[in-house]
Amino acid sequence: MLRIYYVWEWPVRITHWINVFSMFMLSITGFYIGSPFMTAPDSSMYIMGWMRFLHFTFAYLFTVSVAARILWMFIGNHHASWRAFFPWLTVEGRKNFIKMFRYYTFTGKRISYEVGHNPVAATAYLGIFALFIFQIVSGFAMYGQFAPGGFWDSILGGLNVLVGNQWMRMLHHGVMWLLIGFIINHVYSGWLMDIKERNGTMSGIFSGYRYIEPEDL
Amino acid sequence: MKTDLDVVTPSIPEEILLRMEAKGISRRDFIKFCTATTAALALPISMLPKVAQAVEDNRPPVIWAEYQSCSGDSEAFLRGNQPTAGEIILDLISLEYADVIMAAAGHQAEENKLQAMEKYKGQYILIVEGSIPTGADGAYCTIGGHSAMEDCKKLVQNAAATICVGTCATFGGIPAAAPNPTNAVSVSSLVPGATIVNLPGCPVNAENLTATIVHFLTFGKLPAVDRLGRPKFAYGKRIHDNCERRGHFDAGQYAESFGDPGHRQGHCLYKLGCKGPETFHNCPTVRYNEGISWPVMAGHGCIGCSEPGFWDTMSPFYRRLPKVPGFGIEDTADKIGIGLAAATALAFGIHGVASCFRKGDAMEEDKVVKED
Repeated sequence: MLRIYYVWEWPVRITHWINVFSMFMLSITGFYIGSPFMTAPDSSMYIMGWMRFLHFTFAYLFTVSVAARILWMFIGNHHASWRAFFPWLTVEGRKNFIKMFRYYTFTGKRISYEVGHNPVAATAYLGIFALFIFQIVSGFAMYGQFAPGGFWDSILGGLNVLVGNQWMRMLHHGVMWLLIGFIINHVYSGWLMDIKERNGTMSGIFSGYRYIEPEDL
Repeated sequence: MKTDLDVVTPSIPEEILLRMEAKGISRRDFIKFCTATTAALALPISMLPKVAQAVEDNRPPVIWAEYQSCSGDSEAFLRGNQPTAGEIILDLISLEYADVIMAAAGHQAEENKLQAMEKYKGQYILIVEGSIPTGADGAYCTIGGHSAMEDCKKLVQNAAATICVGTCATFGGIPAAAPNPTNAVSVSSLVPGATIVNLPGCPVNAENLTATIVHFLTFGKLPAVDRLGRPKFAYGKRIHDNCERRGHFDAGQYAESFGDPGHRQGHCLYKLGCKGPETFHNCPTVRYNEGISWPVMAGHGCIGCSEPGFWDTMSPFYRRLPKVPGFGIEDTADKIGIGLAAATALAFGIHGVASCFRKGDAMEEDKVVKED
């Protein structure tokens, strides 16, 4: 008999949607900062000023959200746990990873039936967390340049010297595009799994519930 | 109670001014020089008499060594600024050796250098201009039969302090730009751990050099430096944060091309690739050539000449971001990014269409109820 599982606890869902909104705002404002696509008709406007203000505000929001989600990896249920992001550490995880990968590449017929993340998705999210942390660190390293000797410059300023001022900007820019590429993939895979798994993949990230047939697990 | 009115502006003792006049430096020029230098060092004005005293008392021996360079820093210094700081400082220091301006030549000049080094061992100030090639055992640059590597190491090790002027001596500069055929390096990488202060810039700003020397004379030590060994008084702030066009940047008013209406109205040069946001230097406040102007004031974006690896990383000079390695010169990071996003969307779109036609792979097939 089908059962309703409470999989995604509220901190997981809230941080997910804060990340979505922050990334949307950060990409738009960040893109403007990189190449201003609007020109102010007169000096009384404050377009770049607002774009930078929003970028820094959402940067802080995003940082808090990512930090909270990482904290929840040690508090939340086993789907939210940090262990869920290293599926290939177990025999079963490796087996399901291959099964899922074969399904995606049209070489296998069945989806690995999971309550939480499937192993391929979990691996992708591990990479995404790494990119998140990269964006946060590189972003605040560059942000700190306005105040040498200040908080951000003291803790992260050395990275600008190590990587180079311009390369830091280039990488921050490039990773934005990688994240946009990931979002396209992520939404597509969510849609595909919603259709094929028939267990509420899409609604799960709103409600937290998934509809599972325990016998098929 | 102490009020602003009680603060007495300190003045330079009359005797010093008289002695300077006897040397042919007018009191007005000397006061201007000392005041400007005190201000450049971000010292309180109460330090003025101390600075004047230090400048008068000491006549430190200075050796100016030049390696792979264009002599641009020597030129910048000699072409001077404020009542010829160059002149004043040349009167105040004892310049033992300087390729560009010394009268001696050949073996005689080298002899002088060696003698000065021996005589003032551990006391002289060394100023280095230009990078040091290390390729082919240093054969790319030799002075009097000795390689620049050998010469520079010896001079740095025997100096009280070394001041690297210009981006070549501080970070390798243009000779060290890719592919760096002579394997040029900076002084600090040639002699790690030495007492060195870096004054990058292409060329160095003469005011900053003068101020560094005066700091050394006044306090007996080099000024406080940042992570790249640059004095904080001169490289402690970003050009962008002190720029006179900053208002236009924040408003969103940009010159789109040289000579367009925005450019003519003095709008921000950000979209023309100005590297002010990436560059730490006091150009907007000190300016060049007797404080007359500096690149952004003249209508050209900053090219980031005082940052490490500027020739490779700050170029293309008219673009915001460096060239992406492995791609064509016209490919910007954004073009590549849009291509990546489009390719991802296309690939998953095709995958999605194929998946729609796939049969028998959906779960819970037996539980599906078809409604009438």
